[in-house]
Amino acid sequence: MRPQPRLIEVRKNVLKQNDVVARALRQRFHGSGVFVVSLVSSPGSGKTAFLERTLASLRPRYRVAALVGDLATENDAQRLARSQAPVKQITTGTLCHLEAAMVQSALENWDPGPLDFLFIENVGNLVCPSSYDLGEDLRLVLISVTEGEDKPLKYPTIFNSADVAVVTKMDLAAAVEFNWEAAYGNIQAVRPGMRVFRLSAKTGEGIDDYLEFLSERLAELRRAETTISSS
Amino acid sequence: MHELSIALSIVELAEEEAERRGVEIEAVHLKLGALSGVVKEALLSCYELACEQTPLQGSRLIVEDVPVMIFCLHCQARRPLQSIQLFSCPECGTPASEIVQGKELEVVALEIKECAPNPA
Repeated sequence: MRPQPRLIEVRKNVLKQNDVVARALRQRFHGSGVFVVSLVSSPGSGKTAFLERTLASLRPRYRVAALVGDLATENDAQRLARSQAPVKQITTGTLCHLEAAMVQSALENWDPGPLDFLFIENVGNLVCPSSYDLGEDLRLVLISVTEGEDKPLKYPTIFNSADVAVVTKMDLAAAVEFNWEAAYGNIQAVRPGMRVFRLSAKTGEGIDDYLEFLSERLAELRRAETTISSS
Repeated sequence: MHELSIALSIVELAEEEAERRGVEIEAVHLKLGALSGVVKEALLSCYELACEQTPLQGSRLIVEDVPVMIFCLHCQARRPLQSIQLFSCPECGTPASEIVQGKELEVVALEIKECAPNPA
């Protein structure tokens, strides 16, 4: 019998399973013309208030829905339902992040109807969600002025994996002596060129630029899909 | 802490390979990028746990740290990043957004147990 070699080469991505599901989701979303935004932030940064404002502001012009991830409780879904948009909660139990398969199974028995935008609110966590592709078009990282300007330096991996950043609770900026230039500089240090919006979900200040940006991205997606389907 | 689910995926992946090839595994070699979002120490302790009551029980996880490399548009060259808190070229200081290495989370090889000496 031939002796077996001691080392065999494998080369396999550990998260391949997740990536395969994420790719299928992305194809499915694009096929139906939905622009998907995922939201990541630390707990308490105001993701739900921000999402509530986003849904309510987009709703007159667009068909919107949201999937919200949390370890437990359906409180966020109940809060978001006030925006009148279809909302579904994903309770992860003890898991600290969402995975593509959870998004997939949440969609299986939920029909929000035809959509323009789908928002996926990840579990409040700036570490674990960075590794998992959810099939989104845009990963949005949210920080609030009360968290300190150095958040990006403390969690460079998630900031680097995001496509756009939003600094929220700007209505509290003066009270906490928030230094916008420092925060902006730190974001650019870990993710050069990233677009950053500053706004207040509470007062609505600064939200128009961000909504305009989303509209443009949706239009881009639709144009790209039209080109693909007509070619 | 998502290292346990990562460790379970590694064990599952290695188990499948071992079964397919009819071998027993002594160690799993993993490439771990500095931007993978996975903490090595946590992964190592979770690995042991994930191996329990599987054919991989008692096997080792050997982690190779992969530093972040960027491509500097100004220098037109690959450069190692000095810190993941500063994405710019260590030579010329140009901000760098193109990452060419450092996101790896990849099983690269399996070390297998030698067969018992053939009596023939």
